[in-house]
Amino acid sequence: MTTELLNVEQLRTHFFTEKGTVTAVDDVSFTIHEGEIVGLVGESGCGKSVTSQSIMRLYDEYMVEYEGKIEFNGDNLLNYPIKKMQKIRGDAISMIFQDPLSSLNPVFTIGKQIAEPLMLHHKKSKKEAYERAVELLALTGIPSPEKRVHEYPHQLSGGMRQRAMIAVTLACEPRLLIADEPTTALDVTIQAQILNLMRDLNNKLQMGIIFITHDLGVVAELCDRVMVMYLGQIVEEADVKTLFEKPLHPYTRGLIKSIPQMTGERKSELSVIKGNVPSLTNKPKGCRFSTRCEFADEKCLEEMPPLKTHSDTKKVRCWHYEEIIAREEGGHVHASST
Amino acid sequence: MIQVRNMKKYYQAKKGLNKLKSGNTYVKAVDGVSFDLRKGETYALVGESGCGKSTTGRTLLRLHDATEGEAIYNGKDLFKLSNKEMNKVRKDMQMVFQDPYSSLNPRKRIGNILEEPLNIHNIGNKSERTDIVMEVMSKVGLQVDHYYRYPHEFSGGQRQRIGLARALVVDPKVIICDEPVSALDVSIQSQVINLLQSLQRDLGLTYLFISHDISVVRHISDRIGVMYLGNLVEEGYTDDVIENPKHPYTKALLSSVPLPDPNVQRERVILQGDIPSPLNPPSGCVFHTRCPFAMDVCKTTVPQSLNLAGNHTVRCHLHDEGITTEEKKVVNA
Repeated sequence: MTTELLNVEQLRTHFFTEKGTVTAVDDVSFTIHEGEIVGLVGESGCGKSVTSQSIMRLYDEYMVEYEGKIEFNGDNLLNYPIKKMQKIRGDAISMIFQDPLSSLNPVFTIGKQIAEPLMLHHKKSKKEAYERAVELLALTGIPSPEKRVHEYPHQLSGGMRQRAMIAVTLACEPRLLIADEPTTALDVTIQAQILNLMRDLNNKLQMGIIFITHDLGVVAELCDRVMVMYLGQIVEEADVKTLFEKPLHPYTRGLIKSIPQMTGERKSELSVIKGNVPSLTNKPKGCRFSTRCEFADEKCLEEMPPLKTHSDTKKVRCWHYEEIIAREEGGHVHASST
Repeated sequence: MIQVRNMKKYYQAKKGLNKLKSGNTYVKAVDGVSFDLRKGETYALVGESGCGKSTTGRTLLRLHDATEGEAIYNGKDLFKLSNKEMNKVRKDMQMVFQDPYSSLNPRKRIGNILEEPLNIHNIGNKSERTDIVMEVMSKVGLQVDHYYRYPHEFSGGQRQRIGLARALVVDPKVIICDEPVSALDVSIQSQVINLLQSLQRDLGLTYLFISHDISVVRHISDRIGVMYLGNLVEEGYTDDVIENPKHPYTKALLSSVPLPDPNVQRERVILQGDIPSPLNPPSGCVFHTRCPFAMDVCKTTVPQSLNLAGNHTVRCHLHDEGITTEEKKVVNA
């Protein structure tokens, strides 16, 4: 079950822009195992989408430079020539995007779009591919799939389109599925349907899923493990239960506290993280969060903290997290293993 | 403060080839909505996209003209006022929009954007206007030097503060907030929510808060109205509606909200299918096509709004008197 699927090491993605080089992903390392759902959370501009698109190498490589390692099946994807990369995309690794209307092609039927990767990667005949398309539509819970397979994206509702999109990505039975905010554009009742579907499919097919979202509620419901990103870096990594029970990084703690709760007493005021996310062209020198952190001292302003291993499942990027937690909990210090 | 009675807003759907068809077809965006907005409260309208919550807010300010119904404010029906009279009323009723990017004119400086409502309503002379704007800017947490800046120089959260300041300069009594925090990141969202609440305390404002985010609504509102397909299906005090929802749709909606707590295991009511088209809404109860408890009567008869204890109203046949206790048990289970 815990076979390593993807191993990202010190990934840096630099964009060459008119204003100079912008490093949107800065020293990101993580591992995805088979059968697990890993959440990648953060606010807009934190680099979560850039990370996922870097794994697929979707950026124009005249404008972008990747650094580091993306190991998949023991090979470094960053060394692949583009032809070989194309064989991976949509086959072993595939991706679901946020907006199903703009990611499905409006001039082809749903069936054609599901059959295309099958005919391309698996050299299936047209007939076989269409039969498989019907099966996939049924798998994703679309009613009367024999009929829907001949319909165009505009004939489906938002939730149905996202199901069709999932069917497209599942066509070649990918080992790794990257879902970039797949439910953000959907209503909550439809979101609940899609999350259920993804959980079922993950149980059935045992693929690894990277689930990108800004919604901590969705993470808590779906994911096994979570990585929290801030300004291009992973600031905390933990399994989902401990992340919500015992968040370590001041940013994660602030984020969890600032969400309005559905249960318990209603607070008169929400706690806030002061200030705004700095822009990527004007990053703080030391710890990226230092400009908004209430505990920041001189060391934080000067030196970037490393992503430190706190215990087997937890990593955190902060100089003072142990002191901060000890102070807030009134002296209950949990000695770290390192 | 404002009483809305049986408000309807239909859009004519006769474009292109549909013109050739006989008869009129309408998109029933809002189909007979009644509620009261009480002084100093926050009344929230919640529902999914296309349920008519934004149209209700906009129609109330007459940004669209209502098809039918009335809205009584200060003894006058807003929908019958002339444009001139309505403009005067707009001094008391302002709006904050969802998208902080498209709702500010990119070519104008913040100072000019904020002074415009004062010009329109002929308030004060030039220097007084500047004073008012400065005062409001400090209230919403903007700095003095922001006066000469342009919208593009601001982040989303700050733009929403500007949008709020623009509503506040004419000293309104009611603010209609149409998804004011939906476009913002979590950490910025909580800042704006706190600001909205502190302004309400200080200035005695009344909010009509339109949102699809139920956890935000639970935090901010005193009363909630749940909308589905142009109808208000349930209404009551926030705690009553959240803790003890009566309408099957409200139950499903609440149970679909993902909770940021991995230890909570809940009974999920997952609705089948999608929201029907408002062009051709279902007969009887609009929710019967997706309702897990739908009965025969739901398909034919429109449920009337029923008053339960504690100002809790619901539009559902399951709460009719004729329904057997057996069936009620199913719902409450």
